[in-house]
Amino acid sequence: MSWFTKFITSSLGQKLVMSLTGLFLILFLCVHLYGNMQLYKGDEGYAYNLFSHFMTHNPVIEGIAYLLYAFILLHAIQGIALWVQNRRARGGQGYAVKVTRTTNTNSFASRNMAFLGLLILVFLGIHMGDFWWKVKFGTTPMVTYEGEDYQNLYALVESSFRIGWIVALYVLSMVGLFFHLLHGFQSAFQTLGINHKKYTPVIRFLGWVYSIIVPLLFASMPIYYYFFK
Amino acid sequence: MKLTLKIWRQKNAQAKGKFETYTVEANEHMSFLEMLDVLNEELVNQKKEPVAFEHDCREGICGACSLVINGQPHGPMNGTTTCQVHMRHYKDGDTIVIEPYRAKAFPVMKDLVVDRSAFDRIIQAGGFISVNTGQAQDANAIPVDHDVASSAFDAATCIGCGACVAACPNASAMLFTSAKVAHLNMLPQGKVEAQQRVLNMVKQMDIEGFGRCSNITACEAECPKGISVTNIARMNREYLGASLGSEKTA
Repeated sequence: MSWFTKFITSSLGQKLVMSLTGLFLILFLCVHLYGNMQLYKGDEGYAYNLFSHFMTHNPVIEGIAYLLYAFILLHAIQGIALWVQNRRARGGQGYAVKVTRTTNTNSFASRNMAFLGLLILVFLGIHMGDFWWKVKFGTTPMVTYEGEDYQNLYALVESSFRIGWIVALYVLSMVGLFFHLLHGFQSAFQTLGINHKKYTPVIRFLGWVYSIIVPLLFASMPIYYYFFK
Repeated sequence: MKLTLKIWRQKNAQAKGKFETYTVEANEHMSFLEMLDVLNEELVNQKKEPVAFEHDCREGICGACSLVINGQPHGPMNGTTTCQVHMRHYKDGDTIVIEPYRAKAFPVMKDLVVDRSAFDRIIQAGGFISVNTGQAQDANAIPVDHDVASSAFDAATCIGCGACVAACPNASAMLFTSAKVAHLNMLPQGKVEAQQRVLNMVKQMDIEGFGRCSNITACEAECPKGISVTNIARMNREYLGASLGSEKTA
């Protein structure tokens, strides 16, 4: 086995894969959120459609998108593999009385990362079927701005967020994402070996802020369209 | 005080164990292990098999005692080993559930005794320094910064009891291994073999079948010596550095 294979398949290497792909996904969520915020411009989707056109027609971003798909899969597959390994390490006989005390972390989130992750994965499947698939392979309604044709993604958003169960699913998934990020954000840095008296309190604070604001803004969109539009 | 004990009884490593219920008359001045001694004395008098549990120094420094008491390794108090838990923390009529550590890498040998030799093999893989034995060195011949010495000592207080593994939902041994790595890698005597040490100890830890740390920090909460998870971060970074930075290609 080469040194790299040994490294990346070791317990710490597997954790590193989770950490690095996780941090990439955290960055991606910022870009995704920036795009979605265009929905609030009140221009019947003009800015939103232009932004989505840019994101789907720029070759560099297209390239990064494939990296993103790969990282989502890697994060999910590695996460499931770790969960299986950890279950095996615990052994068949569990404790009759179970108490999990923790320090400095949300124990509900940290103990349920795999389940929260699976919830997000299922959501991602439905979410991509709803938008990504239709944009790539389906028929999206078109709209014309200044004599040029654009895919009207805004129309898809409007129609999707009128359906009650989709809105409920999106909001529930964002609650799951909140807990997943609450642990994942700071955990990613610990796995990278960054635990420092000066920086860890800042990382924890940023983790809290990020985990609350990002899922909250994402969840606000289906709620806004369902109730107020 | 009269107590009801639900204790895991298992004849040997192959046998299927089950909980047995006992009642014992204890007093508040007894240590937890003395209370078990009283139970065992009664069992011996009744010509029954006494409950097997590990103990040695009974003053909280050897790491021999274990037990998961009402779901917590080493019982309910912070920074305390089982032998230092006293019965004054319980009241008359309490029911106490006593289980062995549960982890695939710590198989149950008998009743409450588990095989913790996996930890010995992790130490054998790198938890040492290679030095010439000879004349005793002069004190302070090798200068060590006070803060570094303190941190190394904090890590060195790990008694290898395995409570971290027992507490971890993933049965991970990373708090133990990282404490040993940190203790030696921080000091000048340990620096010589630092890279090889972390690579070898992590490799052995994986071979033993311990789980992977997911930063839950249950280990830190239950550690009787208050070993910090900052050691795990240190091990992560030393492992990363050693894997990427060392000249060894295989």
